[in-house]
Amino acid sequence: MSELKVSIERLSLGDQLLVQDLEFSVQGGQALSLMGPSGSGKSSILAFIAGFLDPAFRVRGAVWLDGQDISAKAPEQRHMSLLFQDPLLFAHMSVGQNLRFGMPRELSRKAKSQRVGAALEGAELEGFENRDPARLSGGQKARVALLRALLSEPQALLLDEPFSKLDSHLRQSFRGFVRQRAQEARLPLILVTHDQHDADAMGGACLTVGAVQS
Amino acid sequence: MLLRAAPYGVLILLLLPLGGGLLGTLLPAFGYLPALGGDALDLAPWRMLWAWPGLAKSLGLSLWTGAAATLLSFLLAQFALAMLVASPWLRRLTLLTAPIIAIPHAAIAVGLVFLLSPSGWIMRLISPGLSGFARPPDWLIIADPWGLSLILGLVIKELPYLLFMSLAALSQLPAERSLMVARSLGHTRLSAWFRAILPQLYPHLRLPLMAVLAFSLSVVDMALILGPNTPPTLAVQVLRWFSDPELDFRFLASAGAVLLTLVMLASLAFWLLVEGLARRLGAGFLTWGPHRPRAWGRWLERASALPTWGAMGLGMTALIPLAVWSLARRWRFPDALPSRWSLARWQDQASALGEAWGHTLILAGLSCGLSLVLVLASLEKEARFGRRLPLRGTELLKYLPLIVPQTSFLFGFQVLALSFGISDTSLGRWGLVVWGHLLYVLPYSFIALTLAYQRFDPRLVQTAQSLGQGPWRIFWRIKLPLLSPAIWAALGIGVAVSVTQYLPTLLLGGGRIETLASETVGRSAGGDRRVLAVFALCQALLPFAALVLAGVIPRLQFWNRKGVWA
Repeated sequence: MSELKVSIERLSLGDQLLVQDLEFSVQGGQALSLMGPSGSGKSSILAFIAGFLDPAFRVRGAVWLDGQDISAKAPEQRHMSLLFQDPLLFAHMSVGQNLRFGMPRELSRKAKSQRVGAALEGAELEGFENRDPARLSGGQKARVALLRALLSEPQALLLDEPFSKLDSHLRQSFRGFVRQRAQEARLPLILVTHDQHDADAMGGACLTVGAVQS
Repeated sequence: MLLRAAPYGVLILLLLPLGGGLLGTLLPAFGYLPALGGDALDLAPWRMLWAWPGLAKSLGLSLWTGAAATLLSFLLAQFALAMLVASPWLRRLTLLTAPIIAIPHAAIAVGLVFLLSPSGWIMRLISPGLSGFARPPDWLIIADPWGLSLILGLVIKELPYLLFMSLAALSQLPAERSLMVARSLGHTRLSAWFRAILPQLYPHLRLPLMAVLAFSLSVVDMALILGPNTPPTLAVQVLRWFSDPELDFRFLASAGAVLLTLVMLASLAFWLLVEGLARRLGAGFLTWGPHRPRAWGRWLERASALPTWGAMGLGMTALIPLAVWSLARRWRFPDALPSRWSLARWQDQASALGEAWGHTLILAGLSCGLSLVLVLASLEKEARFGRRLPLRGTELLKYLPLIVPQTSFLFGFQVLALSFGISDTSLGRWGLVVWGHLLYVLPYSFIALTLAYQRFDPRLVQTAQSLGQGPWRIFWRIKLPLLSPAIWAALGIGVAVSVTQYLPTLLLGGGRIETLASETVGRSAGGDRRVLAVFALCQALLPFAALVLAGVIPRLQFWNRKGVWA
């Protein structure tokens, strides 16, 4: 159970001010949706939290995980799992290898296999370990990407419009899947979207960003 | 009619002489060369080759320098990419690498000699203050018996090429986001690169790597300047045998060239074998999972792009002593700079220099012009009538000259040309040399223009057609002007490629056509450093100027039509 707190005094690109005086915190198992038109800087906020903000951006702010300031840490040390609208499975690895890719090195091979098996089973992907990710359906790929993130034992889940490329039927079931998993793992979840339904489905608070006058 | 035949013409022009050259190497290796009295097949040349005292050492040197240079260039390029992708430093590195790709091997090699040799610039800068030397020490830094300076020279030239090819392939992969995903899963940059990105990138790099390996094993110009002498690498030794006034050595040389080709094929096969093993054994490596490096590991990781920066810095720095030496009048050893400057070397070399420039430009102009016509005709035929070559994969044959090493067929081709008396006349020699350059210019012209041609919006042609224009009119009035940036780029690259050609010019021209390349290599063995600097500097600057012009001309030509070039 962890708490993610974000405070951004200002975030700008060139002389364009994107975000000003934004502060929020998310408890484990809770969700927060960031909404706003494209170009409003909502994806940049996620990049800032995960540590991937392009150096072209200027930002004053900080990220705390359980009260500890992690803003100076390298992305790989933050344990913030980032999901994009594309599942971005590694094409040269099987489904199982993709899932193992982020699992802690300390785990024994047996423990890894057990967790992978259990995760696949719980996602109605039983026996998919050796499958080629390229031959999965869109919904299956999305679920594998989420499982890969969860198995890396993250401290928080950051989702950048993860539903926008799924068709409406899949979108609904995947929303439920994500919400359920994040709550089970007691993870803080931050969702960036421009679809109000996404935000509603995740529950939790909803923040609108953008429309800062420069 | 002529247009439809163009792609076939290109293939015949490339492949027929290539095959002839290979045959011309193979037959004398087994004693068959009627012009020199060899009219029966036997193994005498091979026995002679086997008995040659330095053979094992030459062969070992070739293998060691070629393999080490290839592996080092590959690894350094990947370490640099791992650290620099998705950071602003990547762009700065590519800005540094672009000129080094264009500068000929020979000119870089001469620059390195001026920089690194015991009496070189670095030693002058630290002498006598730091080093205590009042005269140059008799260390063997250049042409060292281990071939280390040759490896360094090759890495400086091949690393940027592999970087460039990697970047081209990366643009087709979701590399930046894959890197982000892997890092957000807890992997460091290096771990993420070698586990998540490189396995996807590698298939695109296989061909360039093979080309680098084949090239490094058979390189002649750089090995003449930087490589060891006693014995030299096998490629250089073969050239020596070929140039020997004793004509019987031709048989030995042919056998040597065949041996070098076989060694090369074996190395390529070995590389593929290692690659397959790595893939099999590496499957577990992929899923070890993320680790937390200790403090020293993190420092090591941060430093892993430094060797690449160093190599590129050295490559660019090597040009400076060329300029300084060419303007020196008096430059005694421990002085950091010449004590007296003058333009004397430029003046008294004016006629030789003018001739070399003239020949170089004529060869570049003819080979580039010819290749442009052939490439445009082939692509236009394809665009109009579709691609219908007899076999799948014939496309790839165009790139064959880039992979088949020069040493394996040029010698043989020269033997053939001599037998048929083609190289007796000046016209014949020029024709042969132009063809030799064309062989290397053509593939690059294809690379430069194919993409532009495929991306050409077909709706523009359709619009022109609906306005009642015929195909040729559309070609001249619509396509050529709109493709002008790509066409100039192809010409610029072609000139850069032509200027570097040493072995084709030397062999096919019978040593009688002096170019900047042949003068630079020819004068590198002893002689006046200032004169050498003049030629090497010209050879370095010409490709550079060609590429700059190629970028500027379309902008001037269409200065008020930003859509053409932006």
